[in-house]
Amino acid sequence: MKRVLLLLLFLMVPVCPALAADLHLAVAANFTGPMEQLKPVFEKATGHKLIIAYGTVGKFYAQIKNGAPFELLISSDEATPKKLENDGLAVAESRFTYAIGKLMLWSTKPGLVDGKGEVLKRGEFKYLAIANPKLAVYGAAAVDVMKKLGVYEQLQAKLVFGENITQTYQFTATGNAELGFVALSQIYKNGVYADGSYWQVPFNLYPRIKQDVVLLTRGRDNPAGKALLTFLQSPGTKQIIRSYGYDI
Amino acid sequence: MLLTESDLQAIWLTLRLATVVTAILLVVGTPVAWWLARSRSWFKGPIGAVVALPLVLPPSVLGFYLLLAMGPNGPVGWLTQTLEVGNLPFTFWGLVLASVFYSFPFMVQPLQSAFETVGDRPLEAAATLGASRLDTFFSVVVPLSLRGFMTASILTFAHTVGEFGVVLMIGGNIPGATRVASVQIYDHVEALEYASAHRMAAIMLIFSFLVLLALYAWRSEEGKKY
Repeated sequence: MKRVLLLLLFLMVPVCPALAADLHLAVAANFTGPMEQLKPVFEKATGHKLIIAYGTVGKFYAQIKNGAPFELLISSDEATPKKLENDGLAVAESRFTYAIGKLMLWSTKPGLVDGKGEVLKRGEFKYLAIANPKLAVYGAAAVDVMKKLGVYEQLQAKLVFGENITQTYQFTATGNAELGFVALSQIYKNGVYADGSYWQVPFNLYPRIKQDVVLLTRGRDNPAGKALLTFLQSPGTKQIIRSYGYDI
Repeated sequence: MLLTESDLQAIWLTLRLATVVTAILLVVGTPVAWWLARSRSWFKGPIGAVVALPLVLPPSVLGFYLLLAMGPNGPVGWLTQTLEVGNLPFTFWGLVLASVFYSFPFMVQPLQSAFETVGDRPLEAAATLGASRLDTFFSVVVPLSLRGFMTASILTFAHTVGEFGVVLMIGGNIPGATRVASVQIYDHVEALEYASAHRMAAIMLIFSFLVLLALYAWRSEEGKKY
């Protein structure tokens, strides 16, 4: 709490003289939870107003390329913000990683997933849900893990693909797939895990899932954009992001 | 080659799905539409409303509830497990069931209005000639409602081809089993493979346009006979 107050003070000083502004931002759907918690904190501290659209990053990219009025993108990957930068649609040097995702193997069935992921080698299940590796970094990471464990070939026939990590979670949470590679942020809140069994995949089995934020060209002169970038790097914000199961 | 093997596989699967769904709905939807067109029961209003309900929910939300219902803990899932056919999500037949539900109004409503336009007189004439009710239906109602059957089948088929949210949720995007053309195009778009997306979308559109054109031409020819 003290940290948050300090942060508020810190943010009040530089921003107050500037006029309060509206900021249109596009936010990756998997960051909805923390974003909803951060929004009022930011608005109260700065007087700016956030107008948020949640969705998948592939859609946002197409929309931004075609003139969508977004001023800032909170992405679920690092590739899309980079791409926007290369396209000249994002402000160079404004990009940074605001959260690092953690991959989990999860099942609603207690005892199915062991603490070492051996369940993948035994293969005693019908469906394993992963996010579409072509579209979602969590999916690509899941494929890497299975390849490193040498089980990808044998599991291929059991894979079902969620459009994104949210749908992958739904496949698993409804029990239609016995297990799934999901994000820790989906099954963890304030130190408590969802029911069932899980394995936190060791970091050496997949490349880091960096989630980047970038200021878009349209938001270059919006004081709220710069304020939000500063806000995302503050200790209080990082603490909230961590409480949702991200690293940072 | 313009399309990759997986594109072709997706298109072939889509055609199979739409054909099966249209066939099933012709069988299932016809009696329902007939009943809705002829019945004077107070029950008709509620049933008619239920038939239209799949139009109301956003497809991916509808898909989510179907996933719950067909899942291991849902009522349909319980039924399929009891019948020992296993769980339907992520299978072709799961897609078929979901699509039948989703496209139900597209079959029933055109048929219902076609049956309503037939009116009482042909039926009475057939009855005075001693035709059984089943005979009347196939010898009198079906020929008179042929255009309605065409419209209903075209709409159902096209709606199933264009279906996306429901199949994505129920299907799990499995190549050869549930990755239909709409999902494949969407994957191309989301992966920023715009050239592949454009090619596949264009081919689908041209193909569908030609098929629809042919059917409508045939339908208006057929209509002139009556």
